[in-house]
Amino acid sequence: MTLRVDDLRVHYRTLRGEVKAIDGVTFDVGDGEILGLAGESGCGKTTLGKSLIRMDGRMRLAGGAAELDGEELPIGDDHRMNPFRFTKVSIIPQYSMSAMNPTRRIGRMVAELLRSRGRQLDTDELGRRLDLVELPREVLQRYPIELSGGMKQRMVMVISTLLDPSLLIADEITSALDVSTQKAVARTLVEFRDRGFVRSMIFITHDISLTYQIADTIMVMYAGKLAEKAPAGVIVGEPRHPYTRLLISSLPEVGVRYTDRRLAGIPGEPPSLLDPPAGCRFRDRCPLAFDKCAEEPPVVEVEPGHHVACWKA
Amino acid sequence: MLRLDGITKIYKVGAFGGRTMTAVDDVSFDLRPGEVVSLIGESGSGKTTIGRMILGLTSPSGGSITLDGARVTPGKAYYRHVQGVFQDPFSCYNPVFKVDRVLQMIKNEYFPGVAASEWEGRITESLKEVRLNPGQVLGKYPHQLSGGQLQRLLIARALLLDLRFLVADEITSMLDASTRIDVLNLLADLKSRGLGVLFVTHDLSLGNYISERAVVLYRGQVVESGPTEMVFGNPLHPYTIKLLSSVPQLTTKWDGASATLRDDGPAAPSTLVEAEPGHLVRQDDAPTRLRSVS
Repeated sequence: MTLRVDDLRVHYRTLRGEVKAIDGVTFDVGDGEILGLAGESGCGKTTLGKSLIRMDGRMRLAGGAAELDGEELPIGDDHRMNPFRFTKVSIIPQYSMSAMNPTRRIGRMVAELLRSRGRQLDTDELGRRLDLVELPREVLQRYPIELSGGMKQRMVMVISTLLDPSLLIADEITSALDVSTQKAVARTLVEFRDRGFVRSMIFITHDISLTYQIADTIMVMYAGKLAEKAPAGVIVGEPRHPYTRLLISSLPEVGVRYTDRRLAGIPGEPPSLLDPPAGCRFRDRCPLAFDKCAEEPPVVEVEPGHHVACWKA
Repeated sequence: MLRLDGITKIYKVGAFGGRTMTAVDDVSFDLRPGEVVSLIGESGSGKTTIGRMILGLTSPSGGSITLDGARVTPGKAYYRHVQGVFQDPFSCYNPVFKVDRVLQMIKNEYFPGVAASEWEGRITESLKEVRLNPGQVLGKYPHQLSGGQLQRLLIARALLLDLRFLVADEITSMLDASTRIDVLNLLADLKSRGLGVLFVTHDLSLGNYISERAVVLYRGQVVESGPTEMVFGNPLHPYTIKLLSSVPQLTTKWDGASATLRDDGPAAPSTLVEAEPGHLVRQDDAPTRLRSVS
């Protein structure tokens, strides 16, 4: 088991009180597993990704723990996390266009980065990885501004995985890309996993159909809680949680026409996490809600590897 | 009918404008009332430029845009009938104006003669048409509303005019999957009141869902156009085929290598050929420029 997260609670400090962005999430990611994290905006998926590598100033660890390769990950302690970052846990940020230092040639930047971690630059290995993502080795002599968006994205992917981290967090890295570039980037991630550059991966996106293409397991979050987690094929084929079902049925696929089949969105909005309602948080928008939903449904393993938090599942 | 005839846009680039870049190259199509046409292309294909030229935000370098046969001159009379909604709803509003004031500006500019009570009725009606609850949005500042609400409000604002054509430029890309479909359904419903919509998108499944006709752009040129079921059901141009095969789907997983077109500078002169009635496909050297990417 590579990553084990136990009852993680992360709150944001705001003037109006604490926003409970992640409120008790337990899951694990196995060796060589790509976990797709899906959900609407504000469900806590980015917060979850960030909390595993670096909490920003407004975030506070309110409870729970994370364990990576059997070792405790001190996620609440910014300073103690330092030895883990980049070497054990790495991230490809959403805006990789602006992730590189604009005043350094890329090669020099990479060398400085490695030196700051006490490592030497293995030029041959770097070259091989550039070949793999089809970047010419000359990019190392260039400044980030000279690269196109897709090239910068690929460069950041190479840098993030250079030290073969155990866990890679990829946060919405394909949202700004065109479909064909998106496909190439997503496949490169799988390639990285297959070649052992990264042991396991959390792939965060709001696009379930893209997650389905590359993830082994999909975890759907709603309002800071886990709604459903199952192998990718099960989430798409036989979802048990009403939220997952509605989310999937609202996706237009190529071939679905408005005139033939009118898709429907999910009425209503996610609840405020400043003071989340008691019981099931999806209750107000759920077509299946009944009296029992006033109690909070526990996460139950309905089938091996299929976890659902719903009374009706 | 809004008609684009041989529209071209050439930008000057380089330090002193010494070089030129053709963003849109001889694009022709028309937009009829009660119809959604989707304009599909990747970044840099010129789709947004076309939308901006229709809205008079940039002037075409060549060709003509006509509304009911008369050449378009951007101005009050034109904007009464043709409006645009853009990608980022959060930056479209003046942050210090309440929603009421945004709508009031329409009255001041276009309908100074309408009585206040009647105007209120019109606002309620157009908000209802975009399925917004007037009580929930009126009197609010933009930052108090969600992206989906703001986007719908922009459409409601356009509907207050005698709107006939709407340019919707990537209006759903910043919305969640569940809200996105509501906005799409809304656009589709507006067709029934005779509105013509130009739906600019890079998402093929969305274009396929609501449009009657589709125009696929590549590097400023139309590579394929026609009724949606023909373009998506029977794509003929290699670029369209590759684009369709890259769309992530829930029923099938990706197979084979993806492909991009090699960048060889300006495309060779080529023509659009009618493959089936109404289905135009560009005959060019694209097959030889296809390059597979693993």
